[in-house]
Amino acid sequence: MMNESINTVTTPEPALRTENLNVYYGSSLAVRQVNLDIPQNKVVAFIGPSGCGKSTVLRCFNRMNDLIPGARVSGTISFRGENLYAKTVDPVELRRRIGMVFQKPNPFPKSIYENIAFGARINGYKGDMGELVETSLRRAAIWDEVKDKLRESGLALSGGQQQRLCIARAIAISPEIILMDEPCSALDPISTLKVEELIHELKQQYTIVIVTHNMQQASRVSDLTAFYNAEALEGGSKVGYLVEYDRTTSIFHNPAEKATQDYVSGRFG
Amino acid sequence: MNTPNTSDSNTPDGKVNLFQADMASRYRTDGIFQAITWTSIVIALLILAVLIIDVLMDGLPFINWNFLSNFPSRKPEQAGLLSALAGTIWVMVTVAVIAFPLGVGAGIFLEEFAEDNWFARAIEININNLAGVPSIIYGLLGLQVFVRLLGPNGWLFELTGIDITGGRSILTGALTLALLVLPIIIVSTRESLRAVPDSLRLAGFALGATRWQVVHNQILPIAIPGILTGTILALSRAIGETAPLITIGALTFISFLPENLQSPFTVLPIQIYNWVSRPQKDFHDLAAGGIIVLLVVLLVMNSTAVLLRNKLQKRF
Repeated sequence: MMNESINTVTTPEPALRTENLNVYYGSSLAVRQVNLDIPQNKVVAFIGPSGCGKSTVLRCFNRMNDLIPGARVSGTISFRGENLYAKTVDPVELRRRIGMVFQKPNPFPKSIYENIAFGARINGYKGDMGELVETSLRRAAIWDEVKDKLRESGLALSGGQQQRLCIARAIAISPEIILMDEPCSALDPISTLKVEELIHELKQQYTIVIVTHNMQQASRVSDLTAFYNAEALEGGSKVGYLVEYDRTTSIFHNPAEKATQDYVSGRFG
Repeated sequence: MNTPNTSDSNTPDGKVNLFQADMASRYRTDGIFQAITWTSIVIALLILAVLIIDVLMDGLPFINWNFLSNFPSRKPEQAGLLSALAGTIWVMVTVAVIAFPLGVGAGIFLEEFAEDNWFARAIEININNLAGVPSIIYGLLGLQVFVRLLGPNGWLFELTGIDITGGRSILTGALTLALLVLPIIIVSTRESLRAVPDSLRLAGFALGATRWQVVHNQILPIAIPGILTGTILALSRAIGETAPLITIGALTFISFLPENLQSPFTVLPIQIYNWVSRPQKDFHDLAAGGIIVLLVVLLVMNSTAVLLRNKLQKRF
């Protein structure tokens, strides 16, 4: 059932593909058996209750989980056909190609200009830095608000502006995929709307995977939605798994699984 | 003195009020604890004030140019602390040059680079223990290692003919004090680094930065004021140390200025100690003068570091 639905929605070469992905923290299994394809230039939303492993899976895509002692994966994740966890893949180099935006806006306590320039500089950018800063801020739809104060601290901006600055920072290094981990959960509704509009814009050029607790948001911004759930194991720990992955309209209006139906209609979770 | 909501009468909608606010007694407790903490600080300040005033009254009349520019003497009216002042400055500069890079480097390694394994934990426990070791133990260590093994006629000299420390020298004293304050610098470096939110590290890594790029560009600039504060505290401790320097054999009577790191030396606390232990009253007053000079050196050192810190802090 699940494979059918994936086949109907994916393009031939997915940006990311997971096969039998299991993620462990130490000896405990956090997420089991995730199989999904993330097509290029689409927005894929991960939804599900807390502890279902959606952020965990997201953090495997740019190998941020490597930074957590004891975290490991089994199964495969391929990025444009290449195994992400192969020995030949350098996670530092990979993270330039797969960018990330975090839950809480985390600009560096430096100038707006420096926030954008840092990633470019460390990755050996040889072009015109001023131009890069401007295009990145323009693409993140924040240029008009900050163009007169590029030398001021990024922390002086409002929360929503800070998050768009973080998105600008992420796109400044020309990633192919942008991972967003609940990017609007710390923002007010108006800022949220601005970020969502921005996601629509960015879809033209980037593949976006977004984790969200906000189901309206998932239905507004995403083309595809993956619903994760968690089940309790003996001993009290929880393990997350992928319940259903399909077009967003199907997930919200005609889900195949009862658990999905219950979750999207707000009956649990 | 009950306010309306402290009564246990029923609320307007008929439910029994289970809350007894009792504001009067809660504010009374507040007041009592405020008074206790206030008293603590007043007592501390009073003691400090008495000490300083007493020293100033005894010592100020002796502070003049001769006191600062004369070498020690058997005659109180001719005695000065030039050699001790010069020795203290030499030793402190050397301690800072040795201990700051070593301590900060070790702190950065332990906090940012080392993996969390038994080895790192063992080092951490030992550093914390070292911070509590009595300073005289460091003196004995310095005597054995720097004076006897690495000095003239020492083990290294026998083997290679190289005399590193020159025996009971400024370098030996500085190395000993550097060991003494290293744990303080390491611990404060680690605490300053730990205070930088992890979200900034993640932001750096997510942009494809290596660990050193993250530490160097994002973490250290934020942590450096805290690191400097810790270093100031460490150096303030070193400047007042007497016991380990007496143990390694710093001289108490020196009538020449140090010429290089291998010169014999004395420092202000030793000079003060020496004067205090003389029977004549005049030398006791000289000691008070020496304490004032030591305090001034300490203040100058600390305010330099505070200025440096504020300057660094202004960059966002």
